[in-house]
Amino acid sequence: MHTNPTSPLLQLSGMQVAYGGIKAVKGIDLELYRGELVSLIGANGAGKTTTLNAIAGSLKIAGGEILYEGDKVHVLPAHKRLRRGIALVPEGRGIFTRLTVEENLRMGAYTRNDKAVIEQDLERVYTMLPRVKERLAQVAGTLSGGEQQMVAIGRALLSRPKLLLLDEPSMGLAPLVVEKIFEVVQSVAKEGVTILLVEQNANLALEFSQRAYVMESGRITLTGTGTELLTNPKVRAAYLGEAA
Amino acid sequence: MEIFLQQIVNGLVVGSVYALVALGYTMVYGILGLINFAHGDLVMVGALTALQTMMFLMGVAPGMSPIAMLTLSLLVAVPVCMLLAFTMERLAYRPLRNAPRLAPLITAIGVSFLLQTLAMIIWGRNYHTFPQLISTTPIQPIEGVFITPIQITIIIVSALMMAGLVLLVTKTKLGRAMRATAENHRVAALMGVDTNMIIALTFVLGAALAAVAGVMFASNYGIAHYGMGFMPGLKAFTAAVLGGIGNLGGAMLGGIVLGLVESFGAGYIEQATFGFLNSSYQDIFAFIILGLVLIFKPTGLLGERVSDRA
Repeated sequence: MHTNPTSPLLQLSGMQVAYGGIKAVKGIDLELYRGELVSLIGANGAGKTTTLNAIAGSLKIAGGEILYEGDKVHVLPAHKRLRRGIALVPEGRGIFTRLTVEENLRMGAYTRNDKAVIEQDLERVYTMLPRVKERLAQVAGTLSGGEQQMVAIGRALLSRPKLLLLDEPSMGLAPLVVEKIFEVVQSVAKEGVTILLVEQNANLALEFSQRAYVMESGRITLTGTGTELLTNPKVRAAYLGEAA
Repeated sequence: MEIFLQQIVNGLVVGSVYALVALGYTMVYGILGLINFAHGDLVMVGALTALQTMMFLMGVAPGMSPIAMLTLSLLVAVPVCMLLAFTMERLAYRPLRNAPRLAPLITAIGVSFLLQTLAMIIWGRNYHTFPQLISTTPIQPIEGVFITPIQITIIIVSALMMAGLVLLVTKTKLGRAMRATAENHRVAALMGVDTNMIIALTFVLGAALAAVAGVMFASNYGIAHYGMGFMPGLKAFTAAVLGGIGNLGGAMLGGIVLGLVESFGAGYIEQATFGFLNSSYQDIFAFIILGLVLIFKPTGLLGERVSDRA
């Protein structure tokens, strides 16, 4: 490992993604440095989820580059990007509903062969998510939305990611549960995992993030620190529900 | 009573073969939502490849023991079928992965014709005598009930292979990845699973079961030819639908149930129709069952959620 600590862990330059002929992401630039928690906010359909899917490899890009640790990872299939340390907790959680909770978590460690360490990591996930531990043998489809989100995050952590992409972890969940999930996200960030968070709940996202990007119809229109954007009148008007 | 027990024995023997073949249909359906109609022809390729190997061995080593010969012929037939299934998936189905569902289905029928025609070119149109290397002299465990050593072998080998497959799918990391891929290809890939590899593996595993089924089937009847995979293939497909397609337990249950229904049907049809129909009509039962299942319980005995995938 001789990567320069000051160079970005992830760098999107001019990245475009298209569905059929229609461009959903129209050439965006974004940098993420090691240890940062950065969020990507914006309205429905702005291209946030598409951006995360493209970084993780679920979607092919139509132009530009995705540099990760200095390498062009956009040429790799999704399963190889995971091996490089990029994990995505997909929108809607992507739980394997017919597998048990434990099997779901172990899927996260699929590429790893260090059995003893996997067991330790599982234990750490259980301490972080005590609700999950009580339900290990249960088929994951029977869990509540919040529990499924916990499993999805725990599963992603079991791959020992360097870069964790979180797509709307608060979606459809009660405020108390959202609070719990953000506590987990924060503790993961404290451990040094770099996080790119997509959220519709901009208030929450900005409060937790060091920096943020604002996306509007496929373009990045604003960027700054979490506090800057929280106080930016345009952002307040557009995403924080305040009258302009 | 003897007749009743005899029908159970016969039913279990055919049913085991159906179950082995049905597993291949159901595994591929489970992971791709594709009915691989060429799967039945792997039964034929397995049997004819084994036959070819046996002829070769009889030529070069005439004194070889029957068990060694059978084992060696399986060691050729199984990998040949696995390789064939791998090629089939790679060349015929993978390019159509995102095509409308009808395209791979019709392709599967085309692949089936292709395999049968190729086999006809290689092995000719005639029926071949298949060496019965395991004895077909019946024994009577119960007075009046007959079972041959090859039939006993079929039941035991099938049971072992099915148990092995179930263990693989439910207990191993690979099996977990297969189930995860079956549920959601995209998310499985996000876990680091090479889903193309898992899909290829599913085809290859099904092919191994079909090859063994083919060799046992031919050994039991003493006959092999290029069209021999068609009927067992259709019956096994029926068994898979009966059990609930996509469900491993369902395929096994469906195979056994279908075997028993056929066997009892053949045994009693003459009495039931006052001599109007005889046991040569036994094939109608599978298709009556297929019709009834599709009308009254399209999800099959153990199946679930077929409607949103089919």
